[in-house]
Amino acid sequence: MLKYVIKRILMIIPVVLAVSFIVFFIMDFVPSDPAVTALGDGATEEQLEYYRETHGLNDPLVVRYVRYMGGILHGDMGTSYANNQQVWDLFFAKFPNTLRLAVASVVVTVVLSIPLGVIAAVKENTWVDTVCSTLSFIGLAMPNFWLGLLLIMLFAVNLGLLPSTGADGFASLILPAITCGTGNMAALTRITRSSMLDVLKQDYLRTARAKGQSESKIITHHAFKNAQIPVVTQIGIQMSTLIGGAVLTERVFAWPGVGAFLVDSIQKSDFEVVTGFVIMLAIFVSIVLLIVDVLYAFMDPRIKAQYARS
Amino acid sequence: MNSSNEVKSSVKQNRALEVWKQYRRNKGAMIGLVILIILILIAVFADVIWDYETDITAMQVGDRLLKPCLEHPFGTDNYGRDMLARIGYGTRYSLSIGFVSVLMGVIIGVPLGALSGYIGGRFDTILMRLVDTFTIIPSLLMTIILVSVLGTNLLNLMIALSISTIPVITRITRASVMVTRNSDYIESARAIGAPVHTILLKHVLPNCFSPILVQATLRVGTSIISAAGLSYIGLGVPLPTPEWGALLSASKSFIINAQHMCLFPGLAIMITVMVINLVGDGLRGALDPKLKR
Amino acid sequence: MKLNGKNGKSDTNLEQIREKTDLAVSVENLVVHYETSSETVEAVNSISFSLKKKRTLGLVGETGAGKTTAMLALMNMVPNPPGRIIEGEIRVNGLDMRKLTPAQLQHVRGSEIAMIFQDPMTSLNPVLTIGEQIGESILLHRNISKAEALKETQKLLERVGIDPERYGEYPHQFSGGMRQRVGIAIALACNPSVLIADEPTSALDVTIQAQILQMMRKLKEENDTSMILITHDLGVVAEMCDDVAVMYAGHIVEYGTLEEVFNKTKHPYTEGLFNSLPNINNRVEKLQPIQGLMPDPANLPKGCAFAERCPYASEACRENPPETHSFSDTHLAACTAYQDPDFRIGRNK
Repeated sequence: MLKYVIKRILMIIPVVLAVSFIVFFIMDFVPSDPAVTALGDGATEEQLEYYRETHGLNDPLVVRYVRYMGGILHGDMGTSYANNQQVWDLFFAKFPNTLRLAVASVVVTVVLSIPLGVIAAVKENTWVDTVCSTLSFIGLAMPNFWLGLLLIMLFAVNLGLLPSTGADGFASLILPAITCGTGNMAALTRITRSSMLDVLKQDYLRTARAKGQSESKIITHHAFKNAQIPVVTQIGIQMSTLIGGAVLTERVFAWPGVGAFLVDSIQKSDFEVVTGFVIMLAIFVSIVLLIVDVLYAFMDPRIKAQYARS
Repeated sequence: MNSSNEVKSSVKQNRALEVWKQYRRNKGAMIGLVILIILILIAVFADVIWDYETDITAMQVGDRLLKPCLEHPFGTDNYGRDMLARIGYGTRYSLSIGFVSVLMGVIIGVPLGALSGYIGGRFDTILMRLVDTFTIIPSLLMTIILVSVLGTNLLNLMIALSISTIPVITRITRASVMVTRNSDYIESARAIGAPVHTILLKHVLPNCFSPILVQATLRVGTSIISAAGLSYIGLGVPLPTPEWGALLSASKSFIINAQHMCLFPGLAIMITVMVINLVGDGLRGALDPKLKR
Repeated sequence: MKLNGKNGKSDTNLEQIREKTDLAVSVENLVVHYETSSETVEAVNSISFSLKKKRTLGLVGETGAGKTTAMLALMNMVPNPPGRIIEGEIRVNGLDMRKLTPAQLQHVRGSEIAMIFQDPMTSLNPVLTIGEQIGESILLHRNISKAEALKETQKLLERVGIDPERYGEYPHQFSGGMRQRVGIAIALACNPSVLIADEPTSALDVTIQAQILQMMRKLKEENDTSMILITHDLGVVAEMCDDVAVMYAGHIVEYGTLEEVFNKTKHPYTEGLFNSLPNINNRVEKLQPIQGLMPDPANLPKGCAFAERCPYASEACRENPPETHSFSDTHLAACTAYQDPDFRIGRNK
């Protein structure tokens, strides 16, 4: 098991290399000039050229890439062109906010979706199931940021109950978390339902019933335990998208997270920040996916045995 | 020869009829299809129904921020323009972005996935690593980076969206090709010495048609939502183009006194995506009865 | 007494509604259908049988004859939807299984009537240890602590021939035969007075089959259990059973003691089953499989369901449902041909 985890951690390295190269490569096509970002529009051509030369911006792509990765190996992720701060510091100034929102959203999603999905599966083809699937159709089609706007309209503007922007305290977390959380609900409910439907057909539930086990225990103890893997996979996917991709929600609620800052940096073509942030995000996403894979082992002894063999 | 072709085409017709029969049973999917056709008609004839210069972009300062009323069922925006006309015209952008970007994704993703699944080996390994790498970067982020590199306009938005569609389509094609590849009739085609491209085009791909079609349809909805999101943060289609995300972006400043500006474009996105998903779901059920529910 | 001794945790008042009887199981006119929007499958069509205490009834018939459905109905466990018990009276130890509340049913299942399932590869929960799965049954029906339940579990494992120290292992770590032993341990955990075994050995290797059957017989005798054994293997029936019921297309076509059904066979279908067995004394003769297929239970003919395949069938057989003829107190056959008092099937000539 430990060997498996170590192997998986080592496998993050090539992924990070690939991600960083792709970002490096793409950002090279950005039409705007980092020197202008750093020095402002008023700078003369000589000043700009001096900046480019001293910051190595005139070197070929591969040279810059190797230099950049060398810097990372020494713990140097570079500095922002826009405000001269360390990229590492910038990232960890924003990341706690992102993580807080991601965790809160996942909690909202899980608490709502899993019971709904299980009930929909158990009551397959009844009105309960129809209501669930209708809700999930609506949920899947609803743009997240629009839901955020509607929530602001209702709870912040019309009812005046909750703050609409910022990140001070629990109250300001509620609306963003509900926005992201309910946005992911449809997908998780569907996965839970279909996974439960598969399990509910299994013979071993009949065995449990023949023992005299109650229906509720059969569903929670016997069935759900077997239906967990696709559910946890989906939660992992949602968690990883929330870590880097809650851009729109962060924008709507002016939530000071990684995603919104990253988009600002892209628009300012703050090259170092974009590259560094994307690399950090790739690492965290990889970690989330690794945690999911490790969780499998605790949910299914067969997978644990497989890890032990590999 | 001729008669065998006739038989073939009649078999195909029967299959299509069978699928249609199955599809018709799904009430939601039928409603979805009807609404989708209406939306497509609106999109195609938008410039006949509304005049871009007078109805869509011309400002009527006197009618600023009118609430929904008889003359303006969806109200007016901050420049006094009729929201119904702007949203109606916007159907054109959202639908074309959705369908074209997915079509581009399919054109590139299907051959890649088919080759990867059929040839296997090193090509497959490398391609799949690449696909994995793309999935590590959240797709919205990737699209944002691409759009800002390419520059913001309609075509670039479509290209950026299609690039995040490619991995999805590649994966699903590869998976179903790998299933089909090992079936007996492919083995026998190989045994009689049919060349690779013939096997792929004539035998393998037609059998992978259903999952790809279903996934692509559902993907159209995702792309429409992403496109709206990008326009919302100013990276999609710029104003005054009445793209739905752009309309929502404009509504931000009026969230206190003109909430209809926010409500209707969002509803338009939601209904469009919902009907596309209903059609996709109906197709899934009709094409593969085993997968149903 | 055994039945009253094991009081469950919940107060289910079963003794007030229990009828006095010396039959372990009695079933009258049981009808079970599977109903979907497009068709109705008539899986069990008005069958009646009974099981005396400590005896073993063999339920014989080909796949799809309704054997398993009938047994699930016995525990009131027909999956609904689509299955539904249409009518009939089902009594287990004098309890009317169709009138019990869900709580009462849960109390009876596992403690008074238990079932061993056909495929040990799918009937055990893959994510729970075998100890948990056996112990679950014990904890449900007996008021004992977890530690005591573990001890009981280990004792059971020993009885079914598994190293008791393996209680913490998962089903995938066991072979098919061993898993079926676990299935038997689960079923026997609370010494049920009635045991249903649904083709307990058909998924296993022949050598393992014999071991399992021998063990089941031993355990049954130790516990004074009454048993219903579903099988399509007549050899197993001969070895294990006292009484035999032959099922075909949801009907019991012949029913009697082992001796009667095997040596005084009356029904043409039973005869067909025997003829399709290899005969060790007469190896030159070709096997004679029954021609044709069992009719689709969603579309049964109006006459005798076996008529299409029956060498003796007459027009009357195809037109009217078969009549039941009795040949002794215990021997019944549903065959119209016996209207003619001189009718004999080939096997009895």
